[in-house]
Amino acid sequence: MTLRIRYLLAGALMLRVGCAQAENIKFNLDIRPILSDRCFLCHGRAAKDRKAHLRLDQADGPEGAYRTYEGKTAIVPGSTGKSQLWRRINSEDENEVMPPPEAHKKRLTREERERIKQWIEEGAVYEEFWAFEPPKKPVPPKVENARWSGQPIDLHVLRKLEDAGRRPSAEADKRTLIRRVTFDLTGLPPTRDEIRAFLADEGPSAYEKLVDRLIASKQYGEHMTRYWLDLVRFADTNGMHKDFYRNFIAYRDWVIRAFNDNLGYDDFLRFQLAGDLYAEPTRDQLVASGFNRLHLIIDRGTALPEESYVKNVIDRVTAVGTAFMGMTVNCARCHDHKYDPITRKDYYALFAFFNNLDAAPETSGRPRNGLQPPFISLATPEQEKQLKDFDAQLKGLGSEIEQAKKSEGSEKDPKKKKKLVTARKKIDANRKRLQKQRDAFARNVPHAMVMKECEKVRPAYFLKRGQYDQPGEVVERNTPAFLPPLKKRNELASRMDLADWFANRRHPLTARVAVNRFWQQFFGVGIVKTSEDMGTQGEVPSRPALLDYLAVSFIETGWDIKALVKQIVMSRTYRQASVTTPQQFEQDPENRLLARGSRYRMDAEMIRDQILATSGLLSPRMYGRSVKPPQPAGLWKAVSMTGERFRPDAGEDIYRRSLYTHWKRAMPPPQMTILNAPIRDACIARRERTNTPLQALLLLNESEYFKAARQLAHNVLKEDGLDTKKRIALAWETVTAKLPDDRESDLMAKLIEDIKRRYDEQPQLAGALCGKLNMPSAHQEAELAAWTIAVNTLYNLDITKTRE
Amino acid sequence: MNPFSEQSNLQTRRAFLQNTGTGLGMAALGTLLPQNSAAQTGNHFKPKAKRILFLFMAGAPSQVDLFDYKPELHKRFKTELPKSVSMGQRVTAMTRGRTQLVAPSKFTFSRRGQSGVWVSDLLPYLSTVADDLCFVHSMHTDAINHDPGKTSFCTGSEIPGKPSMGAWLSYGLGTMNKDLPDFVVMPSAFWSGRVNVQALYARLWGSAFLPSRHQGTSFQTTGDPVLFLSNPKGVDGPVRRRMLDALSLLNEKHHSEIGDPEIQTTIAQQEMAFRMQSSVPELTDISDEPKAALELYGSEVHKLGSYARNCLLARRMAERNVRFIQLFHRGWDHHSRLPQNLIGQCRDVDQPTAALLKDLKQRGLLDDTLIVFVGEFGRTVYGQGGLTRENYGRDHHPRCFTAMLAGGGIRGGIHYGKTDDYCYNIVENPVHVRDLHATMLHLLGIDHRKLTFPFLGLDQRLTGVEPSRVVREIFV
Repeated sequence: MTLRIRYLLAGALMLRVGCAQAENIKFNLDIRPILSDRCFLCHGRAAKDRKAHLRLDQADGPEGAYRTYEGKTAIVPGSTGKSQLWRRINSEDENEVMPPPEAHKKRLTREERERIKQWIEEGAVYEEFWAFEPPKKPVPPKVENARWSGQPIDLHVLRKLEDAGRRPSAEADKRTLIRRVTFDLTGLPPTRDEIRAFLADEGPSAYEKLVDRLIASKQYGEHMTRYWLDLVRFADTNGMHKDFYRNFIAYRDWVIRAFNDNLGYDDFLRFQLAGDLYAEPTRDQLVASGFNRLHLIIDRGTALPEESYVKNVIDRVTAVGTAFMGMTVNCARCHDHKYDPITRKDYYALFAFFNNLDAAPETSGRPRNGLQPPFISLATPEQEKQLKDFDAQLKGLGSEIEQAKKSEGSEKDPKKKKKLVTARKKIDANRKRLQKQRDAFARNVPHAMVMKECEKVRPAYFLKRGQYDQPGEVVERNTPAFLPPLKKRNELASRMDLADWFANRRHPLTARVAVNRFWQQFFGVGIVKTSEDMGTQGEVPSRPALLDYLAVSFIETGWDIKALVKQIVMSRTYRQASVTTPQQFEQDPENRLLARGSRYRMDAEMIRDQILATSGLLSPRMYGRSVKPPQPAGLWKAVSMTGERFRPDAGEDIYRRSLYTHWKRAMPPPQMTILNAPIRDACIARRERTNTPLQALLLLNESEYFKAARQLAHNVLKEDGLDTKKRIALAWETVTAKLPDDRESDLMAKLIEDIKRRYDEQPQLAGALCGKLNMPSAHQEAELAAWTIAVNTLYNLDITKTRE
Repeated sequence: MNPFSEQSNLQTRRAFLQNTGTGLGMAALGTLLPQNSAAQTGNHFKPKAKRILFLFMAGAPSQVDLFDYKPELHKRFKTELPKSVSMGQRVTAMTRGRTQLVAPSKFTFSRRGQSGVWVSDLLPYLSTVADDLCFVHSMHTDAINHDPGKTSFCTGSEIPGKPSMGAWLSYGLGTMNKDLPDFVVMPSAFWSGRVNVQALYARLWGSAFLPSRHQGTSFQTTGDPVLFLSNPKGVDGPVRRRMLDALSLLNEKHHSEIGDPEIQTTIAQQEMAFRMQSSVPELTDISDEPKAALELYGSEVHKLGSYARNCLLARRMAERNVRFIQLFHRGWDHHSRLPQNLIGQCRDVDQPTAALLKDLKQRGLLDDTLIVFVGEFGRTVYGQGGLTRENYGRDHHPRCFTAMLAGGGIRGGIHYGKTDDYCYNIVENPVHVRDLHATMLHLLGIDHRKLTFPFLGLDQRLTGVEPSRVVREIFV
């Protein structure tokens, strides 16, 4: 199947099927998803939409499921016979059946009805929604095969496998393992030397040493950052109208350093939400507060500033909802959330925290250096000194000019006057030149867009139907009522109070949302698949106890991301081989059961970085401005309002890691978007993975990727004293981290031989491929061309683009 | 043996792969669908049309000058628009606080065709197919600025992050062909209006939360029409073929060892890519078009990237069963010097659009091809900038504008919906953008309420959560 997304409930429910008979039915896991999907729209929390005075999201209360209304009761615990709900979901009568045909909801399947039956018979016990209760550390599950592993993650996974009558897979071979963990922790493939070293280390802690080395590497922070940038919709342009350049690189650099320095997730969150509100904020804290500025910004034109202001605030709140709450708070903008207990009031109370940015909501004209106020200078002490020197000199010249003007005014002799004027003009020219130098210098001083509060707090209002021009009553800053209460330092709550609220260990969502996303990074899919939505319409966790264990231990370690990551990749669950039967792949395509290691196509950036790394082209330079690797001509111009043309960078810049690739929101680099990278105009907690012919065309034909293939071919041919077989092994191992077996080697040798004959016969074709490389002979050109095709083949293998 | 003549051996396997159905936009099959969702893909009832040509006039053409005939306005030249008409309605930042003076159209209208519908004399070619055209004068939208206006028209929501209409159709109906994308986008590379030209955004044809294979494929006017279509320098067809054969054998070997069916998909997509290397150039090469056909579209058809060329390509795609073909023609944002700019824009689109209709009709394709010609909103009846009888500009106007429809299931030669004497408010049969969306889906046999995809806790749909209406009155 091209599509790896088997959606939502399907996967998690499948996991429950195996054990439905063995265990009691659990409301949160087995029943709520069904009711939420089919019933809550009319029988849920939204009073306005409620039909027949019945809500099925709670048992008690005058309209609760147990209530009797006009002699009828929806649910009578223990009795399907007396429960109207049971009758209605089974009815064949169009006027009776629930959900009714006009609701356009799917009927309950037989299996779902069975589950409801069992639940009612077992007493129809309701539970509070799991994600809104603080996580509790579960008792480690008992397993039969205790020898497999004592690690808590493994115990949770194994218990589930044993319940389903399955066994875990064997550990992946060492080559697979080092490739997997190197990609997962750094986004890059292992080098041949690294593979050698790992294979040679037969000690019991070889793998742990490898993990420690990778987590300590600088590339770890770069790789972790890349996921974060999707989540916060990081980009290099404003995303609206003229789509002006935006300078946000200081924020990206900070995120990289934060991950590498292992800043606790609580502070990571605090700095971003409220870094500007520390008593004496550090530069890092201020830069991080730029999180609140990553939204789209329109430039001044026909839009109405007051509308733009509101839109920006909405964008900020949505980001906080997705990134830190894992909830679709935005639904409550126009009405109470239909499924989750977020009211409109809650929404605008959150909105009020972000409604106080001290800046124009629109940018007027092209922002200088891509900076839109408020922003700060990040000049080094030397740079600051130099700027001061510049300013002092400029001031000096300025007063000289003033002085000269005065002298001119009092000078009567025209000749002398002319002389004075000439002299003054000379000073003026100097001053202008100096000013230009200063500007050029200042341009290279890094700056960062930051968050800043207005001194006089802007009131926030209920907006009727979410419309900026229909304000209702004033709303105070507060957090949603169904979550723990907010502690305020002062009368007026601040974003810092909000940040502390999120970082509170009793907060039910913060840690769960975070660990679930990190987990997703290592298994391809989260414990809750809908990592952007942990609300009632999201997927239920495939392993609630494991999620809670991870969340609690994350908090207990002081929100230590590296410790969490290490624990995950050290687990035997993670180290399983990903090879299995086609039947197993079909039964569990996303590996939700974790009876094997996960196997999935890598992200666009990893695929590109792999090509650059294995061909030896990758630049190791970190940090700094975004770069533009070449892309097909005309893409920007075709969409731009200003006739903007893409100008590729050259030299080392085009070989930097994809993390640093310039991201124009109107037209992001096709090498990325074709392989499912998001546009970055909205927060994305997970990418989907598809398999399309446009992807095949990209990997087959993209000119830079093809040049990289030629480069690796060149490197392979340069090695002295190797026969064809050895050269094939060299190329194969460089690209896939494996060694080819005889059949693979033979197929490659035959391909090279055939292709080389073709190029020998068509020297002009080989010449075109070699371009300006100036190979000494036509024969060598043909050889390089043939090997280039061989490497191009390796770069297009399914196993190459896949992490397995 | 010459490896390049071994192809017959491989042919069977390739044919097999071609037939496994993993085409470019393979239909959204049952197994791919959320099992608990109400989503029903495929047709919900018998469709009246199989495909849509969506001619999007980005920048918003003036309905006052092109479609919505208000001859009485001449008597009110330069008089203030009554407050009872404007009703304190929001305006853009450009004309806020200015006096609103009526600017009648300087252009004449005539009754055309047997039906006698009114068409602006700026559109002489479209006038010849007037009996096929349906003018919906009562369109309205929520957006007053281009970016949200276009985003809402193309994705159903002003706020970015929703799939485009073509992506919805690709998801809902699957592909009708094996060698081409389901959803193609062709922006004009140039246009006549010398005005502030609004940007396009990849999100206008994006797939957002739908699987990305449903996103529009934008055809380029420079370089490869489809990105990365051509082999790199020094690689010819036989080399590529030989390489792909080795690649398939290796991938198949790995499939047998690893067991993951995804590897089979990779093989199939690589073969599909190879087929596109011939199907796409064959599509974009117009040398086989008879002279008469080319003449129909006008001389601009010879220029790559012109609206005329894109219309011709649209017809060729319609013949090859591309489901959703969207053209973007920019340059309609006439805040000033409207008459001069409008004449140029009409010259760009009038003849090619009429030619497209005629051409499709001749080939028997008009009956099952829905054509929609519209901009993101309308323009104000009051002038912007200096106002004379001959020269004026117009600001954005979301409260009423005109969509022109033709073909598959649409009744031609009619006006639908009415605006007031000032062409300012709708007085009869309002049609919101989402109503138009619902109507377009309906014509393709889709109930807009049932075409859903679960995301962020909702059964998402193109028409959103507000009620929308299928405009059945304009159906045949």
